[in-house]
Amino acid sequence: MSDLANDVPAIEMHKVCKAFGRKTVLLNLDLAIRSGETYAILGGSGSGKSVCLKHMNGLLRPDSGHVRIDGVDITHLSESALIDVRKSCGMLFQSGALFDSLSVFENVAYPLREHLKLSKAELAERVKECLAAVGLSSSQSLMPSELSGGMRKRVGLARVIALQPKTILYDEPTTGLDPGNSRRIGKLIRSLQERLRVTSVVVTHDLELCFAIADRIGLLKDGAMVSSGSVGEMRDSTHPVVRAFLRGDQDASLDEIESS
Amino acid sequence: MIPQAKVEVRVERVGSGALDGLRRLGDFCLLCVRTWRSAFRRHFPVRECLVQIESVGVRSLVIVGITSLFTGLVLALQTVDSLTRFGAKPYTGSLVGLAIVLEMGPVLTALMVGGRVGAGITAEIGSMVVTEQVDAIRAMGADPIQKLVLPRMLAVTLSLPLLTILADIIGILGGLLIALQHGITRHFYFQTIFSSVTLDDFISGVAKTFVFGWLIAMVACSNALATRGGTVGVGHATKRTVVIASISVLISDFFLTKILLTIL
Repeated sequence: MSDLANDVPAIEMHKVCKAFGRKTVLLNLDLAIRSGETYAILGGSGSGKSVCLKHMNGLLRPDSGHVRIDGVDITHLSESALIDVRKSCGMLFQSGALFDSLSVFENVAYPLREHLKLSKAELAERVKECLAAVGLSSSQSLMPSELSGGMRKRVGLARVIALQPKTILYDEPTTGLDPGNSRRIGKLIRSLQERLRVTSVVVTHDLELCFAIADRIGLLKDGAMVSSGSVGEMRDSTHPVVRAFLRGDQDASLDEIESS
Repeated sequence: MIPQAKVEVRVERVGSGALDGLRRLGDFCLLCVRTWRSAFRRHFPVRECLVQIESVGVRSLVIVGITSLFTGLVLALQTVDSLTRFGAKPYTGSLVGLAIVLEMGPVLTALMVGGRVGAGITAEIGSMVVTEQVDAIRAMGADPIQKLVLPRMLAVTLSLPLLTILADIIGILGGLLIALQHGITRHFYFQTIFSSVTLDDFISGVAKTFVFGWLIAMVACSNALATRGGTVGVGHATKRTVVIASISVLISDFFLTKILLTIL
């Protein structure tokens, strides 16, 4: 990891601010994620985690500040110029975001059809490989409405890895899943990370998942990064907000924490 | 005397409403430009266009058929009754033909399709917005405007004129049924129609529907992409589409008719 630390960060956010109407969501957010690591962004609900993640592939643009991917500033890139960034940066959405009108096969084939010129046989082979990687080889012909929550996320993940991205962004990958399915998704994220050597950014409030898969953790509160460090450093942190979050008191304000 | 604070609140409300309206209009214009541009980029969605033409055109046949048949029936019924009072019953065919070809066919078809298809488009794309499917298309490096808006815009713009021609024919046939009951022969009915309805009348009626179709699709897509706030938001957006699409059809009809009357 030490030689990676000298490299240009895979994802860097510098003094990013974002507001929706009068509501400020991100406030001078600074963040650097190294290539090949799994970085977990922890935070309570409404802390700006998902908004932060959507800046990393240009789905949202900052009001001020900069977002750099592999050293390239993507803050002001046009939608067409962002295509290359998005091809190498897959995103798993909270609900899976599968296309309801398309079968599982068609969902996974979607990005392949969009960006690669594959023959029918090659396409089928590639889709099969991706579905096998998430343990859903036999579900190709099902429609998204026939899938359980966990299966939807796994199909979403198969669709993400279809283009063999360098980076995968996970938005709340275990939300809404039972503990068994959550652990399964966690293992899947870890195995994909090891096998594909991708940079992973996981937004979550699930501490168990976070400690199981992350190399480093950042804690987001009120739109700013409160603390960031390796799993061990965060566990041993004396920072009051980190301590409160790890205790399970996710939404306590700093004033409340200090007064207690 | 109204307190100053209340006045301020009202002024602020009017101002923010006006700003919101302007912003929506700006978004609408931007979407139109982007949709136009997306037609010339690679990956033109041929298959999706055909699917949409089937969904918009073929599946609207029944509703358009029923609407135009009964419009023709009622129109002829009223016309025969009124003209008989003035001893002008033989002109029934002319009046029914002109009314259907010039206005009733195009406008009623646009309103029916606007309600059915416009609401459908907004509900479908709006649901995709709130379930992050539209973001997912963007995140995969594809263009939601090219994938979702362009096929629907082309499908409605091309289907509506064809549906209108069909509505014209069915409406006139509906009128014939009533005319026959009142002693007007089939031959005479069609003769009066062909002698009074010119090709220009027919063209002006159908030409308007290209604009109506385009308006309906763009209003529906624009509202859909602006959907916020979960399923409730989808409901609001759908309602807004039906209202705005209908009003747009009626207002644009006036101006288009004015323009076409001077050109043709």
